[in-house]
Amino acid sequence: MEVFTVPFIKEQPKPKVMNGSHSLNPHIVVENLNVYIKGIHILKDINMTIPDKSITCIIGPSGCGKTTLLRSFNRLHDDNVDVKITGKLFVDNEDIYSNGIEVTHIRKKMGLLAQRPCSLPMSIFDNVVYGPRIHGVRGRRKLYEIARHQLVAAGLWDEVKDRLKSPASTLSIGQQQRLCLARGLAVEPEIILGDEATSALDPISSKTIEELFVTIKDKYTVVLVTHTLRQAKRIADYVAFMYMGELVEFGTADQLFNHPKNQLTKEYISGGFS
Amino acid sequence: MNIKKLEEKIFKGLMIGSSMLIFGVLLYILYIIIKKGLPSLSWEMISQIPSGGFYLGKEGGILNAIMGSLYLIFFSVVISLMISVPVVMYLNFTLRKKSRFSAFARLTFDVLFGIPSIVYGAFGFTVMIFFGLQASLLGGIIAVSLLIIPVMIRSIDEVAVLIPVELIEATKSLGATNYETIKVILRQLLPGISTAVLLSIGRGIGDGATVLFTAGYTDSIPTSLTQPTATLPLAIFFQLSSPIEEVQNRAYSAALILTVIILILSFSARYFSRRFSKNKI
Amino acid sequence: MLKSRLLKDRIARHYMLTATVMAIFVLFLIGGGLFLKSLPIMQEKGLWTLLTTSNWRPFKGDFGFASYILSTLYVTGIAIFIALPLSLLTSIYIIEYASPKILRAFSSVVDLLAGIPPVIYGVWGTLTIVPFISKSIAPHFVEFSTGYSVLAAGVVLAIMIIPLIISILMEVFAAVPIEMREASMSLGATKWQTVKKVVIRKSIPGIVAATVLAISRAFGETLAVLMVCGNFTDLPKSIFDACYPLPALIANNYGEMMSVPQYESALMFAAFLLFFIIVVFNVISRLVLIQIDKRYQL
Repeated sequence: MEVFTVPFIKEQPKPKVMNGSHSLNPHIVVENLNVYIKGIHILKDINMTIPDKSITCIIGPSGCGKTTLLRSFNRLHDDNVDVKITGKLFVDNEDIYSNGIEVTHIRKKMGLLAQRPCSLPMSIFDNVVYGPRIHGVRGRRKLYEIARHQLVAAGLWDEVKDRLKSPASTLSIGQQQRLCLARGLAVEPEIILGDEATSALDPISSKTIEELFVTIKDKYTVVLVTHTLRQAKRIADYVAFMYMGELVEFGTADQLFNHPKNQLTKEYISGGFS
Repeated sequence: MNIKKLEEKIFKGLMIGSSMLIFGVLLYILYIIIKKGLPSLSWEMISQIPSGGFYLGKEGGILNAIMGSLYLIFFSVVISLMISVPVVMYLNFTLRKKSRFSAFARLTFDVLFGIPSIVYGAFGFTVMIFFGLQASLLGGIIAVSLLIIPVMIRSIDEVAVLIPVELIEATKSLGATNYETIKVILRQLLPGISTAVLLSIGRGIGDGATVLFTAGYTDSIPTSLTQPTATLPLAIFFQLSSPIEEVQNRAYSAALILTVIILILSFSARYFSRRFSKNKI
Repeated sequence: MLKSRLLKDRIARHYMLTATVMAIFVLFLIGGGLFLKSLPIMQEKGLWTLLTTSNWRPFKGDFGFASYILSTLYVTGIAIFIALPLSLLTSIYIIEYASPKILRAFSSVVDLLAGIPPVIYGVWGTLTIVPFISKSIAPHFVEFSTGYSVLAAGVVLAIMIIPLIISILMEVFAAVPIEMREASMSLGATKWQTVKKVVIRKSIPGIVAATVLAISRAFGETLAVLMVCGNFTDLPKSIFDACYPLPALIANNYGEMMSVPQYESALMFAAFLLFFIIVVFNVISRLVLIQIDKRYQL
């Protein structure tokens, strides 16, 4: 497996290879998850364990349900009346779909980067501190510190430090995506979810975002839906291959790309279909 | 966190209350109109003109007002179309996208849209005096046309901006002139224009202030443009001001008739706009 | 072949341009025409006198518009005061919280009622609101009220413009991209926080535009107001007193215009006032909207 090295981070020790059961520290555990949209069975009996502090990439041809799965992690389907979900989804051993769960604190644990960066209709500064503000953080200096810290982490600080108050919509699309990352990090999540987060960006911005994912993975669990095999090969620690709503295979990147167990997986990664 | 929850609960309560209040009031309005108007509704009402004792409560109907309004709105719509369609085509498909002229034009039309109908009536009256016209069908047509031109422009403009650029580029690449391109677009816009026409009719037929000075009032159906004409809104208004209860009741049924006409127009407009979105490219 | 095509194109272009110029010119024609017609009275009495006195005795030559102007402002003020908050609350609820079934039912009713002519609201107002005020509300506050009052006109106007505002606001709120809502919710915001800080904020230009339209409509409405305002010249001392807004003035007296010199000019002045206020108001709000767009780039 190619190792994507970024000069300014230390080499991470790769987790040991599993033999079926996955990492020692599961962060998200999906149990018998079934999702129906408008009556159509989109996700079929998904069982998966996402290890923590690593990058897991979900790959598969379009329409296989990757985005639906990702969005069920932070209960984004809640508002959609056409969606029916059964099964359990444990985050830190808490089933987020059980009755009586307070959903905003679940969402706070996760940051979502959508395919097309969506900045909120406010200034750059207000965008970054939007999360902390709604969770009760006050105090101009404190908020400024948070904004600075996260913008630095997202690699955007130098470009915007002189115009924090200008509208976020004036940024380029690559900058906006980094802003969304900073915004997501500001709520101090544990998990970062990326829904094809680089597919709308130019190659340079794309690369920057990928590098950021690699940088942050020693503190956060990163789950990415990727549309290109190459991206997964570049940065994934673990890979989940989905096809037609089912989880076909899950393993470390080395395992899945070099020694795939399933015939379907073999065909997909050798470009047999996409 | 508690204050936030409380705030959310309060606003949610206010919102639901407000929605129920408004929904209830709107339904109540429809109910009252029907309740008051139905009893006096009769075949004579819509098929006869007022006879001698109509205003004292005897026989007759409001055919004069119905026909007057129909004639009036028909001519006004024709005139208005002749102005509005070229304007919208010019602004959207002939001028460059961000030309200052089109921005200025749009601002003007927005302002015209907001001008009260009585101003159009007063201005129409001024024009009539200037040309030596009496209160007549023609006077009413002038005033109502002026009123509905901004309405039509706005309505057609709304659908015109939805035409995809690719369609225009396609015709242009085939070497079409601007005029020929517009002919193609017009076919596409036909449902949108019908909706605009229906909306304008709705606005024009129900407006009393424009015709107050300009169309006059009469008991007969006009046979030429220079004769005065009755209109539905004024028929309602005048009958309502009568001290005789029978006549007042007729006002309610005239109101019901007008409401029904408008409802039919609205339904048709919605039906057309739904068909339009189905057939888009 | 080409020549005739080009000729048709040229004719079409000229026609379109002419139509556009004519349509634009209408605005200036109306303004100019009404202004010219009002000149006589303005010259005779002076603008200041016209606007600030409230003596209205046309047969004596007194034309003071103050109480009509104030009536118009009061009535419009009350209408907006009632209509705007209710419309906002209802539109937010219908778009953000209500089920699709409720949304459909509600928007049908709203669309229908936005098209109903003002005279019908006037009829309904005389049947329902006027007696209601006279018998049920006024007795708590004043000694006597016929019900034909500032309040009645305000309420009837409010009910008339509510469907208009709601239909615009519903479109405006529905136009906020769903990704923005999801971005906010993914950060852990509640639905209400998302509505407050994202949806409403993004919709500010639309809300301003809807308000401007509503005020313009309320300001100039004639027939509906005419039927319930009482048509009484003296300055209303409370909202339960009768009033006499400018449009009603014009409508009621046009018949007598020719009988007294300057009467016609006075009524045209009233029409010009209405025109002028609405135009200035619309232009200013357009400038405000442009500024908001520049600064906040929503």
